[in-house]
Amino acid sequence: MKRDSVSPTDLLQVARSGNRHAVGRLLSLVEKGGTIADEVAATTHPLSGDARIIGITGPPGSGKSTLVSQLLKVITQAGLKPAVIAVDPSSPLTGGAILGDRVRIDATDTGTFIRSIATRGHAGGLALGVPGGVRVLDAVGYDPIIIETVGVGQVEVDVTATADTTIVVANPGTGDAVQANKAGLLEVADIFVVNKSDLAGADDARRDLELMLDLSHMTGQEDPTGRRPPIVMANSLDGSGSIELWSAIVAHGNHLVSTGQIKGRRAARARAELHSRAADRLLAALDQTIDSPAGRAIVDALQNKDISPTEASDQLIRPILRQD
Amino acid sequence: MHGTELLKGTTLSDRPDLEQDRRTWQDAYDRTPLRDVDFETMSGIPVDPVYGEGPNPGEYPFTRGIRPSMYRSRLWTMRMFAGFGTASDTNARFKEILRNGGTGLSTAFDMPTLMGRDSDHEWALGEVGRAGVAVDTLADMRDLFAGIDLGHVSTSMTINGPAHIIMAMYIALAEETSVERSSLSGTIQNDILKEYQAQKEYIFPPRPSMRLITDLIRFTATEMPRWHPVSVSGYHIREAGSNAQQELAFTLANGFAYVEAAVAAGLDIDDFAPRLSFFFNSHSDFFEEVGKFRAARRIWARWMKERYGAQDERSMLCRFHTQTAGVSLTAQQPEINVARVALQALAAVLGGSQSLHTDSFDEAMALPTEDAARIALRTQQIIAYETGVANVADPLGGSAYVEWMTDEIERRAEEIFAHLDQLGDGSILEGVYAGIDNGYFVGAIADSGYRFERAVNAGRRIVVGVNQFTEGDHPGDRNLLRIDPQVEVDQLKRLATVKQARNTAAVHAALSELAIDAAEPTANVMPATIRAVHALATEGEIVAALEAVFGTYEETAVM
Amino acid sequence: MIQPPLRIVLAKIGFDGHDRGLRMVARMLRDAGCEVIYLGLRQTTENVVAVVEQEDADAVGLSMHNAQHLTLAPRMVAALRNADLEVPVILGGVIPDQDVAPLMDAGVAVILGPGSSAEKVVSAVRTAVASRS
Repeated sequence: MKRDSVSPTDLLQVARSGNRHAVGRLLSLVEKGGTIADEVAATTHPLSGDARIIGITGPPGSGKSTLVSQLLKVITQAGLKPAVIAVDPSSPLTGGAILGDRVRIDATDTGTFIRSIATRGHAGGLALGVPGGVRVLDAVGYDPIIIETVGVGQVEVDVTATADTTIVVANPGTGDAVQANKAGLLEVADIFVVNKSDLAGADDARRDLELMLDLSHMTGQEDPTGRRPPIVMANSLDGSGSIELWSAIVAHGNHLVSTGQIKGRRAARARAELHSRAADRLLAALDQTIDSPAGRAIVDALQNKDISPTEASDQLIRPILRQD
Repeated sequence: MHGTELLKGTTLSDRPDLEQDRRTWQDAYDRTPLRDVDFETMSGIPVDPVYGEGPNPGEYPFTRGIRPSMYRSRLWTMRMFAGFGTASDTNARFKEILRNGGTGLSTAFDMPTLMGRDSDHEWALGEVGRAGVAVDTLADMRDLFAGIDLGHVSTSMTINGPAHIIMAMYIALAEETSVERSSLSGTIQNDILKEYQAQKEYIFPPRPSMRLITDLIRFTATEMPRWHPVSVSGYHIREAGSNAQQELAFTLANGFAYVEAAVAAGLDIDDFAPRLSFFFNSHSDFFEEVGKFRAARRIWARWMKERYGAQDERSMLCRFHTQTAGVSLTAQQPEINVARVALQALAAVLGGSQSLHTDSFDEAMALPTEDAARIALRTQQIIAYETGVANVADPLGGSAYVEWMTDEIERRAEEIFAHLDQLGDGSILEGVYAGIDNGYFVGAIADSGYRFERAVNAGRRIVVGVNQFTEGDHPGDRNLLRIDPQVEVDQLKRLATVKQARNTAAVHAALSELAIDAAEPTANVMPATIRAVHALATEGEIVAALEAVFGTYEETAVM
Repeated sequence: MIQPPLRIVLAKIGFDGHDRGLRMVARMLRDAGCEVIYLGLRQTTENVVAVVEQEDADAVGLSMHNAQHLTLAPRMVAALRNADLEVPVILGGVIPDQDVAPLMDAGVAVILGPGSSAEKVVSAVRTAVASRS
């Protein structure tokens, strides 16, 4: 396959016939952004929307990757064809990244398609490659699609904007529950996993989570349908808990459908992606304008105190907003 | 010899405590047999066995050396690492080393052997006999030591994951040649912790691996009193990129972990600790290295006495082997590596090493040729016989700079111990496990390595021949050791023949017995392993039987 | 438009456990703005091929220290070609000068010796990627 000489439509056809490199190429085009990414989005959009999308997050070292490996076994045994997107942060200084997550996921038995995606310092937190990549994997026939992120920051909260079901992993004795609460992950979690349940303090971690859920009930932050996120005890060393986790995911999926919440989630996802996409384009246009001769003139005028800061920004964005 | 002249020119009589110290030392020194040489300079000036104030060499905390007479009694062992090709090839090199005046044999195994896999394993292709000798069965061990009396050599075997299997083969070979187990002398590296931290040649997960190690410690404590069952190794930690204080602290922490594990397995500390030994790197920063070696002895002695309650002074001695820093050797202008090695070797000797391996100048490019290995050995002989540094114990002791450096490295190491102690909630063993699990060691080592590399890149650190003084390199014009690909073919043939000729039923019976012992935490796996190797079970078969019980370790790659 | 970062798969094949150099190179490439898919130790050529496909990588970096390069590096090149992947293989580690020519003949794109500077590593990778057919 010659690089850059195949159209997204042709690539998609090859990808749907089972060529994994074609899938990989489509994902690169999505990550590249710009017109070519738009083309891929346009081609894959009509074919997507069926796959279950599962977000899984938790602090580094919490055993997410091993948990995912175990979950993949259960999923493939259920006759499904999963794919994983592993998100790692890009260095804010150099833009580079070391994507070390996929090697921790054991896909030897399941042959799962895994793609590593760096955040690439995207303004909206989560890389556009993620929603676009999910759409590609969905269009090619993968289901479910698991998005794994490391940490408890903005990126992780953003994952939930893309996922149908969000899983938050905590470990015993680490105060993970408290951290997750601080980061706002408690409100977005649909399922909790206390991983490494063989360690001392596993029951305490469970109690901490229960307590926080009780608290969110009292403060009215709970799910409008009254659903309380289950807490799954898992030990990724021996695989215990992975069947329970998959059952909880399926149950949550059914809950979303039966309550009609699925529509709201997907609308929120569409909105988030649209917002991100639009923000990208606006920022690009802004960058271009501010460095144009006209833009530099506005900067000079501001510096010489010829115009006020508000006037300056008005002048700068007026031509951008007027564009068709 | 010059013992009676010791007090001349000193003011010890003004300091009764020092005088008393010196007398105790003098008594010990006088009881020690000395080498038959003249302890004087090349210009005929007689020199004392030690200078400066105590604590003296051979006295707690042993900062100045583990023996009162140091190299006056015995030079360090000039131990040269050899191993390549088939067992017979290495056997020939062993005999060459003994003929050349080498005093100990050191065996390098090839990668499949180090990883516990046989030569016919699918991944072994291209690796058999390349970086060391291939040992699949007891038959290979017979070839390796053919014509060498195991009762009269000191053998060092550098292997970790499957160490107890290779040890079992060596014991089985001794039985076949009617050599008493109790007369076997040498060292097996058997240091699994640093594998997870640095060298990455692991098989089983840390905890069952630790059980195999304590089994071997227990076995040698009762059956093989002259054997060193663990050589706690910082060498590989340093080669993987750590700095000097990390090398020292991680190594000693691993040593503490073995002590805690063996004590937990029911051994009395003084029954095994005297047989623990260490293996350090000697790198290019001369005084830092000397300080590191001195600090190692002091820290080990203090921890063994104060924290672990050792009573026997021999338990407190940090005896160590040293190897010059392979990572410092450059592929550019390789001849100049001879000078690097000489300086690093000198630091090791001035730091009081018990044995020393000097790298060959061509090792940045391939395994050493025979000529290069000879130059490396001659370098040690020059230090031992021409420079006079062996005449006086700890000749740098008392230098304000060297004493400060020793203290400073000790202080930095103690910070690391405090971190591990806290990670393990008061247990260094648990702290080391935790540091392996959470990537602490791997991350810290990689950070230090990258820091150094960036300094070289930025020209802040000069590596002669690499980023400065680069004229004079003659690439392509080098005589390197090539391993004949035929070695692999021969070894595969040999393995097939052995497998065909043996009693398969006996092999299976021995392996299931071993698996039963492995599953029983209080059993010792050594006797069953010895029986299995006698039955010609392969290393890979034994490993597979144990993996079924213990599981297999995979690294969670931490950057 | 800004070019997307180069994506490079770094791996060691077989038993060889010397990963210091590979880790170093991972950091160098990251600091030069590349995305490094770090596979680390004990990989197979088949697995590297699968990863290159899924990650749509621009290059493969291998490091070898146990004199197994003459066997394994050509095998990696062939496996990528068989999978129809036009991806250069960059080889580092302990590679004697005499082996450079046969390895290049076998299709290895670049060979980096020990002590290569970050600039050399990064520019070698960029050149190899730019000059692929």
